[in-house]
Amino acid sequence: MRGRRWSFALRTLSLVAALGIWQLLTSYDVNLWLRFEQFPTVTDVAGAFGDRLGSDAYWQDLTDSLTRIVTGFALAAVLGITVGTAVARSRVASDLLGPVLEVIRPVPAIALVPVAILLFPSNEQGIVFITCTAAFFPVMVSTRHAVRALTPVWEEAVLTMGGGRWRILGSVVLPGALPGILGGLSVGIGVSWICVISAEMISGEYGVGYRTWQDYTVVDYPGVFVGMATIGLLGWITSTAVELLGRRLTRWLPRTEGSRPPPPVRHRNRAVTPAAAPVPLVKERVHP
Amino acid sequence: MTTTTPPGVRLTLRGAVLGRPGAPVLDGIGLDVVPGEILAVVGPSGCGKSTLLRTLAGLLPPLAGEVAQDGEAITAPRAERALVFQDDALLPWRTVRANVELPLAIRGVARAERRARAESWLARVGLEGQGTKLPHRISGGQRQRVQLARALAAEPRAVLMDEPFGALDAQTRAGMQQLLVDVLRGTGATVVFVTHDVDEALFLGDRVALLPTGRVLDVPRPRERAAHTDPATVALRREVLESLTATH
Repeated sequence: MRGRRWSFALRTLSLVAALGIWQLLTSYDVNLWLRFEQFPTVTDVAGAFGDRLGSDAYWQDLTDSLTRIVTGFALAAVLGITVGTAVARSRVASDLLGPVLEVIRPVPAIALVPVAILLFPSNEQGIVFITCTAAFFPVMVSTRHAVRALTPVWEEAVLTMGGGRWRILGSVVLPGALPGILGGLSVGIGVSWICVISAEMISGEYGVGYRTWQDYTVVDYPGVFVGMATIGLLGWITSTAVELLGRRLTRWLPRTEGSRPPPPVRHRNRAVTPAAAPVPLVKERVHP
Repeated sequence: MTTTTPPGVRLTLRGAVLGRPGAPVLDGIGLDVVPGEILAVVGPSGCGKSTLLRTLAGLLPPLAGEVAQDGEAITAPRAERALVFQDDALLPWRTVRANVELPLAIRGVARAERRARAESWLARVGLEGQGTKLPHRISGGQRQRVQLARALAAEPRAVLMDEPFGALDAQTRAGMQQLLVDVLRGTGATVVFVTHDVDEALFLGDRVALLPTGRVLDVPRPRERAAHTDPATVALRREVLESLTATH
């Protein structure tokens, strides 16, 4: 328990210190190569944040951005898991889709803005498309790797029980690949935020990214920082949600002593067979 | 026993060449496993014991020759031939009971019934009350018991066992061998048990087949550990060991 409180204190201290340094640098207009004269102070930003929270436009922007990211990310998750599994399991799918995917993959999703504008009748759909493309590749690639790395004996066991293709998919492939897939989802949600905000800045009508860019063009610097803080908070909330979902779904993973979160029951050291213990990717904490 | 188990199957190999394409491991092997017997297969490491079992399971097609169950060629895995693996083949995300229920679920047995059957098999292998644990929370010996329960819960007509106790310590192993004999009694299933341990083969097998030659020896009964010191068993043991070292 002491460990947890200590850790909470350290985290709080780190945030407070960062804000304190910011406040000092800006309120004294420090000008040492890096220039803080134009920079809004913490109190300016806090004041602007308070004002915005009371306006309908702020909540409208928030809802718009969240709708876009949730739609795009959900589509990317479904498509990424489906395509990744197909490519890993079927030679034909791999030959058919592999080359196209490998060529599109290096193109940054945000560079697809012109494509989105040409393809989609509305900006809204274009932004969702870009968000979806951004998250699709990390999810697809990690699914493909996770499915290929499955222990063959699991599949053989189900085969000798008389299980068919769909049974193997549902009882072995998807649950077995889940730890790896969740790693991809974690990365994907982060990339989605980058792209939804950038896309909104370029072609959006409303949304947190659009508002932040608007504030910049009208020289409302505290407003810009309110936008940035909002993006940071939303990003943190959504990736924590993905992380928590992942932990819930992979409770079966053997965890080592002392790893967080602590196992519910104290137990003696036990041998964990490597074959039965896929690399627990999701245990990596994205936000310490 | 509430259900009657169908009698064991006959498994035959005639002039069979087994292995992966381009890399045959066993060449021209012949074997006749009679219904209901326990055939122990012994041989040095790498001689093709696992290949033989995987072929009988239907996971690996024979390269040439005949591999059949009751005269019908084996071409694909079937639930009536259960395979017990050397490695831990339990699905780690399913509880012990859910693992045992899996073959029953595949066969379409209703939830309540498969739960009851799984519990009863877990009790028979000495794991009563452990059903809600995850596989990594129990010991290696217990995991092999779960594998045994999972194989037998589906009431297979043949049980193919690939060194299932290979990774266990000597004491656990002796206990498991006794448990296996007790549990198999009355199921009527044909058993092919692969091992590299001669004593294990003599204790478990009604007959012992030697790989890679395919020679088969009868084992005198009754099945008791004390019988290991009687002259007939000692002579048989020497014969098996000599034939194994001669081929390698």
